[in-house]
Amino acid sequence: MILSLMVLPLAAGIMAFIIRSDPARRTLLLWTARAHFLLTALIIYVYLHFGFVFSGEPAAAVWFDYDPLGLLFIGITSLLFLGASQYAVTYLAAEKRDPGEDADDGFIFNNAPEAVFTGCLLLFLSAMTAVTASRHMGLLWASVEATTLLSAPLIYFHRHKRSLEATWKYLLICSVGIALALMGNLFLGAAGLKTGAGLDLAGLLSNSGALDKPLLKAAFLFLFVGYGTKMGLSPFHTWLPDAHSEAPAVVSALLSGALLNCAFLGILRVNAVCSSAGLADFTGGILILFGLFSIVTAALFMLGQRDYKRLLAYSSIEHMGILALGIGLGGGAVFGAMLGALSHSLTKAGLFFTSGVVLAAEKTKRIADVRGLWRRAPRTAVLWLAGFFLITGTPPSGIFLAKFIILKEAVALKHYWLAGSYLLFLAILFAGMASVFISMTFGEHEAKPGEKPFAEPSGMLVPAAVFFACVIFAGLYIPGWLAGLLQGAAANISGKL
Amino acid sequence: MHTFAELIIVLVILLDLALAVTGALSTCIRLVALQGVVAGLLPLLAGAGAPHTRAVLFAVVIITLKGAVFPRLLMRARDKSGARKDVEPLISYPASILLCLGAFIASSWLGSRLPLPQAEVAWIVPASLATIFTGFLLITTRSKAITQVLGYLVIENGIYIFGLALFVEQPMMVELAILLDVFVAVFVMGIAIFHISREFDHIDTAELSELNDWRRGEYGK
Repeated sequence: MILSLMVLPLAAGIMAFIIRSDPARRTLLLWTARAHFLLTALIIYVYLHFGFVFSGEPAAAVWFDYDPLGLLFIGITSLLFLGASQYAVTYLAAEKRDPGEDADDGFIFNNAPEAVFTGCLLLFLSAMTAVTASRHMGLLWASVEATTLLSAPLIYFHRHKRSLEATWKYLLICSVGIALALMGNLFLGAAGLKTGAGLDLAGLLSNSGALDKPLLKAAFLFLFVGYGTKMGLSPFHTWLPDAHSEAPAVVSALLSGALLNCAFLGILRVNAVCSSAGLADFTGGILILFGLFSIVTAALFMLGQRDYKRLLAYSSIEHMGILALGIGLGGGAVFGAMLGALSHSLTKAGLFFTSGVVLAAEKTKRIADVRGLWRRAPRTAVLWLAGFFLITGTPPSGIFLAKFIILKEAVALKHYWLAGSYLLFLAILFAGMASVFISMTFGEHEAKPGEKPFAEPSGMLVPAAVFFACVIFAGLYIPGWLAGLLQGAAANISGKL
Repeated sequence: MHTFAELIIVLVILLDLALAVTGALSTCIRLVALQGVVAGLLPLLAGAGAPHTRAVLFAVVIITLKGAVFPRLLMRARDKSGARKDVEPLISYPASILLCLGAFIASSWLGSRLPLPQAEVAWIVPASLATIFTGFLLITTRSKAITQVLGYLVIENGIYIFGLALFVEQPMMVELAILLDVFVAVFVMGIAIFHISREFDHIDTAELSELNDWRRGEYGK
């Protein structure tokens, strides 16, 4: 069952490289995403109702198995990919008709072959599935590195200088970062050498008391820096704004909503081991420090930002900071962080989808050049503004609830300075984003010479609308099964096997 | 039994220093390949008694990859790119070697403080840390895309040696997955270098500086 979840996109990805016809390949993408989502939903359903996962071979369960934490993240990933595939089909058809032209720098470029794009997209899903299902830290590492390598060609879909620069930075910074995580894995293995804990989660967690503490601390530091690079925590985030702004919108959505979570999962796994070994204070301090630093960095870089896709990228850094902060605080904040991960993924993916439509309508990523969007593309403008309110945590967004729970925990733990600066920078972020989104949506639209009326593609807007509806729903009412999943995930993070 | 292994460790350190001062790109590629081969031989010599079949097989795979496949890929990228044949360092060679020596002293000190599970392999740790540092040096102070890939490979060599020092035995499946990743990484980076040379007419990463938050020129009006 779990294996089929990985093998399905893998096989489809390989087929996508072979298939010649574009429509057939797009259909394959769409149906693979749907089948993957159905399988994921089935696994989650069975787990919640009967309390077990069909892992198939017991021998395979050492490598791949699901706990609530893994289920939550595969659920997010699969749902996002479902929306992304719907979006991609419309997007690819539009790209085929309309060859690439960069309005900002005024050059023409080609696209990568569609087979490569679709194939890598599917293989990328397979690698992310492997990350969420890994029960072995070594395998987790290998899967995370695989996601980097498979998503690099996706960023370089539009073949021009800027996207190439972004791809190179992404490849190099993330590969070196992840190499450090490999060091962390070695330390982790060394920490459990005397007890024979190995590197599988079950062994590590059940022997956590006997692990060598100094080596475990070293392991956490290296894994934190390694996966933190991939997750986009400041100051290791430098690849992130470039990659997110140059990749096609659908890829940015997947990077932000699914890939960053996968890297985060790596940190959460080692955090679980450290917590159950009694090092929660040590890891918590580091997570809080870098979490807050990420929020501050995002706030500073967002003010005066000229490119709206970069703005969204910095907002992702902010949210990764919030998640790290929530995990670092512990207690109830962990639940908040999990809710935040879910809501952020859906909202940010929706926003990136919308940004792709804005780009198609206005042919520019410059904030100053987009005015009066509501006249040119009314439905897009509504989504754009709705996305802004949801991402900044205006009630009834799920993000509001998440941010509030984390704040409450900070106050309850008497971290008043922390709570104060958290609120201050969230306010700065809100103000910074508000001016941009409002000026883009309203204002007088200046028709450029030769501008044709813009037909808003429904296929690219519907996924965003559905995601936004889910986030509002999560902010108003969390159904019992979702609450159970989130609580289970929170328990896993604090070291429950 | 350890004398061979000790010699190899000395060789690894000498290769680090050589990498810090080598100017020719092709020599750099060969040095990194040689270091990979030497590191691949280490596990066969470090353990007591005859090595397992598994270890031998694994060493063969590593040596083929690092000693033959990677250098060939990188040489091809170097030829195709038509770039200048030296590494174009951003700092002088004496500065590079001084940094490298400094790193070795720091790693020796760090190695002596690290609580290792097996004391008898403590001498491997300084070498591996120094190698990792040399890799970072290559990435940060050399301007070509190829040297950055070489730096990545040197870091990878260092981590591999580090794994031996810690005696962490990873299951075969994981080791193979890691190797596959490294292989694909070098492959993808090679393709990227090819595209960079075609798009920019050279592979100097200093030119990859158009993307930032406060753009100059055209985009930042």
